Amino acid sequence: MNPRLTATTARRILQQLRRDHRTVALLIVVPMLLLTLLWWMFGDTPDPATGQPLFDPLGARLMGLFPMILMFIITSVSTLRERTSGTMERLMASPLRRSDVVLGYASAFGLVAIVQGTLLVVFTVYALDLEIAGATSALVLVIVLDALLGTALGLAASSLARTEFQAVQMMPAVLLPQLLIPGLFMPREEMPRALELISNALPMSYSIDAINDLVAGDTAGIWPEVAILAAFIAGALALGVVTLRRRTA
Amino acid sequence: MIHQMENKSAEAPVIVVDRLRVVRGGREVLHDLSLEIPRGSIVGLLGPSGAGKSTLIRAIVGAQITQGGTVTVAGHAAGSAPVRALVGYVTQAPSIYPDLTVRENVAYFASLVDAPPETVTHTIHAVGLADQTDQLAGTLSGGQLTRASLAAALVGRPEVLILDEPTVGLDPAIRNELWALLRRFAHAGTTILVSSHVMDEAVRCDRLVFIRDGKILADGTLAHILASTGTDDAEAAFLALATRRAS
Repeated sequence: MNPRLTATTARRILQQLRRDHRTVALLIVVPMLLLTLLWWMFGDTPDPATGQPLFDPLGARLMGLFPMILMFIITSVSTLRERTSGTMERLMASPLRRSDVVLGYASAFGLVAIVQGTLLVVFTVYALDLEIAGATSALVLVIVLDALLGTALGLAASSLARTEFQAVQMMPAVLLPQLLIPGLFMPREEMPRALELISNALPMSYSIDAINDLVAGDTAGIWPEVAILAAFIAGALALGVVTLRRRTA
Repeated sequence: MIHQMENKSAEAPVIVVDRLRVVRGGREVLHDLSLEIPRGSIVGLLGPSGAGKSTLIRAIVGAQITQGGTVTVAGHAAGSAPVRALVGYVTQAPSIYPDLTVRENVAYFASLVDAPPETVTHTIHAVGLADQTDQLAGTLSGGQLTRASLAAALVGRPEVLILDEPTVGLDPAIRNELWALLRRFAHAGTTILVSSHVMDEAVRCDRLVFIRDGKILADGTLAHILASTGTDDAEAAFLALATRRAS
């Protein structure tokens, strides 16, 4: 990669995003609204085990899912749009390397992910009174990593999609399993052995594990999970670079 | 001796296509096609729709998966890193970012080839979009969009400029301006390969390559092609060559 070309590409993508006020607003506000719905349902319901509002563990575990889904969709759709409009062919005929394109997208949307994740945690902790025993800054870290993961998976998935329809369907294909089996509905160790093994291969499992550590007050315990999440992000980005094709049929 | 060598290198073709074979959608669209493009001229790639013009152009910029043969630009494999810095490519559909202004678009493509910032304004003026500099590309008219897309390729002052049907749908006055602009760049030493399905545009080019059904029908100056076919315009010459090939 060439840092100058990566940076100039990231800048161009942010310039485009800046024009699209509605998308920026949706990216920031939608996760907050969804958590507010959850708070409305479970804010006054006590957890039978602890007596704390059920919203505290539930909101913390679900929080990372919304930025991940939104970043996945926006990343995969915008790179696909670049391919169908012909600008990608043009970029591929220019001195840009494939890693410059992927990392340019990752940095631009990564910046959005950081803003989105941070604001979401701040909103949930201060406006919705979410209480967890672990550190709030650690929660910010995990949620931002979830958003970055969505971006990286979106970049990897978009190169597998040929059309917009396929790109949109990558969302349920790639993300919904990560909603079902990483321990949101059932602790992973209680699932059938095969499902537990599959869940070991899903990055979201480690996000939920990290949040569970934080809910239990074990802030220092999240580092192995944070490292695994970071490795998944790096792996998805590498996959995005490898699957981006300079030549097409 | 040295003089002779310089002479020789000046005459060496900048684009060399050797026995190129391309299959698209299960059908062979280019059949062992060979072609040389000399430096510093405007070469018109003329042929009907479906003749293989875009496929050949995509092979030259290194965007096309090929099944055989080689394509080199300035001695390097098409699409390789040293070539990508030399070649400006204007795709058939104007491909710039609709949600950026003309200046932002041209500035981005300038930064990809490390062109100095002052060339951005200069290029936008050269293609006649001075009044649209800060307008979003998505709000430009068709002709303006074509010129903005051209500016994005010209801004790097490429040694080789490749344009896929840039004049489609343009009104005659704008088409005239576009050819005048290309002529200025050719004078400055740029090698220009421009495809078109409009035979009338033959008179604008220094050399012509007629292509039909993935094969070269003729390659030379218009005068030469007219003389060898005994016709008096490009359209008639193309027809004569096409029927000769068929019989």
